[in-house]
Amino acid sequence: MDRSFPEGRRQLVADVSSATHGDLRLTRISKSYGDFTAVNDLSLTIPEGSFFALLGPSGCGKTTTLRMIAGLEEPTVGSIHLGETDITTKRPYQRPINTVFQNYALFPHLTIFENIAFGLRRRGIKDVSEDVNKVLELVELPHLAQRKPTQLSGGQQQRIALARAIVNRPALLLLDEPLGALDLKLRRQMQIELKWIQREVGLTFVHVTHDQEEAMTMADTIAVMNEGEIEQMGSPADLYDNPGTAFVANFLGQSNLIKGRIEGSDGENLVVDLFGQKISMPKNRSHAVDSSIYAGIRPEKFRISLVGTPTRGNILTGGRIEDVSYIGVSTQYQVTMPWGQEVMVFEQNDDGVPPFDKGDEVVISWEPNFTFALRGDDDVEAGLEVNPEELDEE
Amino acid sequence: MSNALTKVKLPYLLLLPGFLFLFTFFILPIINLAQTSTQTAIVGGDTGQYEQTLAFSNYITAFTENKEQFARSFVFALCATVLALAIAYPLAYAIAFKAGRLKNFLLVLVVAPFFVSFLLRTIAWKQILGEKGFVVPTLRSIGIIGESTTLTSTSFAVVMGMTYNFLPFMTLPLYASLERIDPRTMEASGDLYANGITTFRKVTLPLSMPGVVAGTLLTFIPAAGDYVNAAILGSPNTKMIGNVIESRYFKIVDYPTAAALSFTLMAAILILVTVYIRKAGTEELV
Repeated sequence: MDRSFPEGRRQLVADVSSATHGDLRLTRISKSYGDFTAVNDLSLTIPEGSFFALLGPSGCGKTTTLRMIAGLEEPTVGSIHLGETDITTKRPYQRPINTVFQNYALFPHLTIFENIAFGLRRRGIKDVSEDVNKVLELVELPHLAQRKPTQLSGGQQQRIALARAIVNRPALLLLDEPLGALDLKLRRQMQIELKWIQREVGLTFVHVTHDQEEAMTMADTIAVMNEGEIEQMGSPADLYDNPGTAFVANFLGQSNLIKGRIEGSDGENLVVDLFGQKISMPKNRSHAVDSSIYAGIRPEKFRISLVGTPTRGNILTGGRIEDVSYIGVSTQYQVTMPWGQEVMVFEQNDDGVPPFDKGDEVVISWEPNFTFALRGDDDVEAGLEVNPEELDEE
Repeated sequence: MSNALTKVKLPYLLLLPGFLFLFTFFILPIINLAQTSTQTAIVGGDTGQYEQTLAFSNYITAFTENKEQFARSFVFALCATVLALAIAYPLAYAIAFKAGRLKNFLLVLVVAPFFVSFLLRTIAWKQILGEKGFVVPTLRSIGIIGESTTLTSTSFAVVMGMTYNFLPFMTLPLYASLERIDPRTMEASGDLYANGITTFRKVTLPLSMPGVVAGTLLTFIPAAGDYVNAAILGSPNTKMIGNVIESRYFKIVDYPTAAALSFTLMAAILILVTVYIRKAGTEELV
């Protein structure tokens, strides 16, 4: 794909920098529908120029939050500021915010050109063709200007919806599950494309999705939402490596959560007892409030070795391989531990070592730094439920 | 072999009953009507005795003698259509977007008048607009109409009757096309700096044009040919072309003129409708 920066694109970047500015601040907003609380006392600052993702399962309140930012819903309580301006009660058309809607919501009776020009015309701009053509070039579809939306493929409609929003150079661009209707391959391609366009135009993007991989690919900062509240916020790497709750640990990738107890400390490390076996982990990766914890280790951080072979780091003995699945880049093992729990181990198929067999007696080990600790009273099942909506789309 | 044959023949077999019906009850009568329209009275014959000639002059006489009624028919039909649109659009809009759980109930209410005979409903309007109804005294008391003004046997009554009778035909197609609009396109319009009025003008109205076209046609066409409303609610001064055709057929037994009038009316409606669809329809229909 063409990654050079033509004149038109440069120009668009320059124009944006003169538009309205500021961070987006949500202050203690709640939204209730009758008895149901969709968003509960949520506070959030989205820095200008960032690519921010609201990630969570369906019904977690992320779309409601987005719609309140867009002005399509009014918060029951709380305020929304863009820079210094309070926009809480402003109508959608009064906000310098544009949205890329789920399923795009292109105007079926207008040509692609007129779809993109819609926002410009409403603001009284007479000569729209230069801006429209520029943005059509940005999304690489200048040849479709005179078509109607129904004549376009899903991927093309998606880009036009994006073009229709960014041509207005909003202070904030909202994306509501923008890639949900695309097939997997096209979705991956558009993820990279979107991120590139965001850097190119320098707008603040707020992206709502239930797809953790999509959020991690694109966003600088992710807020994981659950039941109307923000569960944890941080960079994709932060959230993945050091999740603060079982929900985040399970919703972003997979985790092995093993019940344990903090026995004491050793310098910068904690000494933890897992069913009689001692391990160590960094103090700063513990989210526990007392000595009762769940020790968390990502499956790919585990190493697996036969009993009797040398190993290093934290070691848990007494495992037996229950199941082996070869999936190309890695082999996934289910290992039953002496206390009955099954743990997942992903081994890269890169060292030429023949895979282990079902029934092998093994030892699992890992670097202590990869351990995180959750509160012992956390719900280890949280974030595990398979969402039917996601199944449909995959 | 026989299977393949059935496959080829099946669509025609399915079309057959409909075709036979239309042939017997539409095409044959039309041919018959066309013949009648060019007949002339038998010289010295009884009333109602005509012979087949090719008297196309029937058309010219029929039209020139009834220009006024033709004009009135189209003016009344147009008024009723515009009024029905003005009433039905907000109604259909409210049912489609604002009614929530009441949606189906309101739709039943729209169709409810059909449970009562067309004639009865029209006669009821005579009561409503009569001296003893509530409309006339109310309008008099607030001074909109004078003490001596009546509403029955007026053009107003005829247009109102037609508006009322054809309202469901306007409402239902409007509702169907409004209901099909993705509400997100309206949200997108608001998101793209259009206020409520602009969103209506630029998005909702254009997207509901199929319903507007269908509704206005379903109202205008029968209204232009209607004679029941003018007969019951009007006076000799508010005769529409339908009344003329009716009296030529059944009272004066002047079949050729009645047939010629029918064809002229059909042609006029066809031309108007074609022009209308060309202008309003094709470009906006998605």
